[in-house]
Amino acid sequence: MKTMLRVAAAAALLAGSTLLAQAQQITEIKIGTEGAYPPFNNLNSKGELEGFEIDYVNMLCDKMKVKCTWVAQDWDGIIPALLAKKYDVIAAGMNATDERKKRVDFTAVYSRTPFSFIANKSVSSNDISPAALKGKTIGTQGSTVHANYLEKYYKDSNIKLYPTQEEANLDLKNGRLDYVLADKLALNDFVSGQGKDCCKFIADIKRDPAIHGPGVGMAVRKEDTALRDMLSKAIEQSIADGSHKKIADKWFTITILAD
Amino acid sequence: MNWCEYPGAWLGVEAIQNYGCRMFAGLGLTLQLVGLSVGLGAIFGLALALLKLYGPKPVRAVVTGYTTFFRGTPLLAQVFLVYYGAGQFRPFLDQIGLWIFFRDAFFCAAFTFTLNTAAYQAEVFRGAIVSVPRGQWEAGEALGLHRIPLFLKVILPQALMVALRPLGNELVIMVKSSAVASLVTLYDLMGATRLAFARSFDLSVYFFAAALYLLIVETIRRVWGLAERRLTRHLTHA
Repeated sequence: MKTMLRVAAAAALLAGSTLLAQAQQITEIKIGTEGAYPPFNNLNSKGELEGFEIDYVNMLCDKMKVKCTWVAQDWDGIIPALLAKKYDVIAAGMNATDERKKRVDFTAVYSRTPFSFIANKSVSSNDISPAALKGKTIGTQGSTVHANYLEKYYKDSNIKLYPTQEEANLDLKNGRLDYVLADKLALNDFVSGQGKDCCKFIADIKRDPAIHGPGVGMAVRKEDTALRDMLSKAIEQSIADGSHKKIADKWFTITILAD
Repeated sequence: MNWCEYPGAWLGVEAIQNYGCRMFAGLGLTLQLVGLSVGLGAIFGLALALLKLYGPKPVRAVVTGYTTFFRGTPLLAQVFLVYYGAGQFRPFLDQIGLWIFFRDAFFCAAFTFTLNTAAYQAEVFRGAIVSVPRGQWEAGEALGLHRIPLFLKVILPQALMVALRPLGNELVIMVKSSAVASLVTLYDLMGATRLAFARSFDLSVYFFAAALYLLIVETIRRVWGLAERRLTRHLTHA
């Protein structure tokens, strides 16, 4: 009984203190990312997170004077884990789509990149119309804007969804897939690295605002409006003062804020 | 409305209604995958058990190595090894004409599951055959039966009775383990459920999937109960 009371008291104290922290200024943020989407976010061979988003968000944290810690989470569960309060922010190359906005809120956009098809080098046609890709096997990561796009427009193609983008790339290299659709910059990493002997860019797709949204933002829980506004302000500031560009240039050769 | 949308409509859960058809199609794929691999695994497993019991010494060692490997490593690792490993050996597989099989995710999963369950079933059969008393062999020999009919008509039926329960367990375990197929792009019950959850963010689809798995397992349990009562009807039930 005594222990129970103590536990209850401790829990009450803890709950009280988090409430206080919420009312006061935000000093600590936990950030969730996927860690399998280089060069945006990636777990390297040492088990450390690296990539544009890691550097960029850490820089924002420094500027906002908050302590940021990172959590790696599988893509499929990345929004449910945010809602379950495993972390407070998602920074994982997530496009701010209407579908996702039903569950979470997004900050200002910090990346907007083209989406492209890649294929085996033996493919000679640049035609990526649904008619041309009829009957072909196209791979992409599940639960992404790309999966939605393929299901909407490429109904006559055989669509395969993978837990991570890396596995889709690997299956293109292995020859199980004819095409892969994803973010151009993430694919660039593959086409100029691991897949440089097998695969090449075919063409960019035309954005569909209903599917793709305005671009990549960070996701927060709907009730955390103060956090959302704080992050949005920091993002806008970093774009205005050039610090966003400085970090982007370290990871990418072309702009990641295309119109 | 399709029949597969009724459970969701009846429960009043939109996500289950919207993705009901995909989930039932997934259930079908799960049953195919498990049925095929456990069926083939039984034939393969029995052969392995016989080799392990009566084969020449080097063969016994190989079979022991096989069962140790497949029972000692995670099924997920085995599936990845076959699925992505086959991709690495594509030129070779192309040459011997096997790539068309390994290109297909269903084949890769069914192939791995068969090898895996065969290893477990081999141990079940081996144990069951050993459990038949030595006197049964001697009695058969005394009647002048040859070794092969003696094994098929006297030993095996008694061994199968012993093996029945563990084989049922193995089937149940395979039904549940087959969920790893969803990680190599297959839309089995788990794969379809993951897709439904990723779209709807509604946890109830997982409860529905759990209920479907439970339904299969409970059906197997009951069928097994009936089969056992029938096979042991000559023994007095206390």
